[in-house]
Amino acid sequence: MGSEALLFWVFGLVTVVASLLVIAQRNPVYSVLLLIASFAGLSGLYVLLDAPFTAVTQIVVYAGAILVLFLFVVMLLNAPHEDTEEDIARLKTINAATARLRSGPLLFGALLAIVFVVELLWALRRITSAGRFDPDAADAVSSVSAIGRVLFTEYQFAFEVTSVLIIVAMVGAVVLARREPAGKKS
Amino acid sequence: MPTLTHYLILSAVLFAIGTAGVFLRRNVITILLSIEIMLNAVNLTFVAFGRALGSVDGQIIVFFVMTVAAAEAAVGLAIVITLFRHRESLNPEAFTMLKW
Repeated sequence: MGSEALLFWVFGLVTVVASLLVIAQRNPVYSVLLLIASFAGLSGLYVLLDAPFTAVTQIVVYAGAILVLFLFVVMLLNAPHEDTEEDIARLKTINAATARLRSGPLLFGALLAIVFVVELLWALRRITSAGRFDPDAADAVSSVSAIGRVLFTEYQFAFEVTSVLIIVAMVGAVVLARREPAGKKS
Repeated sequence: MPTLTHYLILSAVLFAIGTAGVFLRRNVITILLSIEIMLNAVNLTFVAFGRALGSVDGQIIVFFVMTVAAAEAAVGLAIVITLFRHRESLNPEAFTMLKW
């Protein structure tokens, strides 16, 4: 087993296990921290795929900005544990009332999951002959200057639209999270 | 030597984990985190295909996906804060006023 294969398995295992723990944790603070670990593993996989720019962006933007924002909100709301006793009591009454309504969607979800797994297995059986990566193409995809050139020529319009999107999101977040002025509240 | 298939399987597994999180968890913030896992599974597919085809377009799409994820996280968390202020709960079952 080459060192690249070993690194693939290590980073892949870190990513998958951390992601599983994210959805298994009861405390959202731990979930966010484990997601950072998962993204660190993904960043390693990007390096293996000759995409150093994406790997660094993954750490800086995702782990550095987005997940810190999540962590900030989790700590701000100070409601770390889901399913408090009060929640469970209320859910029990809701569950009793809607037990028959919920069995339908549950069945549908199970069916969807089975279809998904079967489709996945079928697709995997067909692409097992998919080729290895071409080592000569590594320089072409790992060059940051090539990414910049394509981003600012071919994708220039999309890039400019992105700035509008960011402004809209920023204003939207401020408007949504703002407290209503005392006199205006209806 | 890991091939394209390895990366696609890994990506499918991650996407399935994210989907399971969205359906199984009862906490709005964890559901948003699961959506981030799904977005990253798709990002991995883009980068792997870009590498296989010898093109940087995959990485550029990932760049845009990250931008959209940042905008989504900002707006989504603002909505979560507003909802929490009204109901003192993060359980999606508490926000069923518009449900028939």
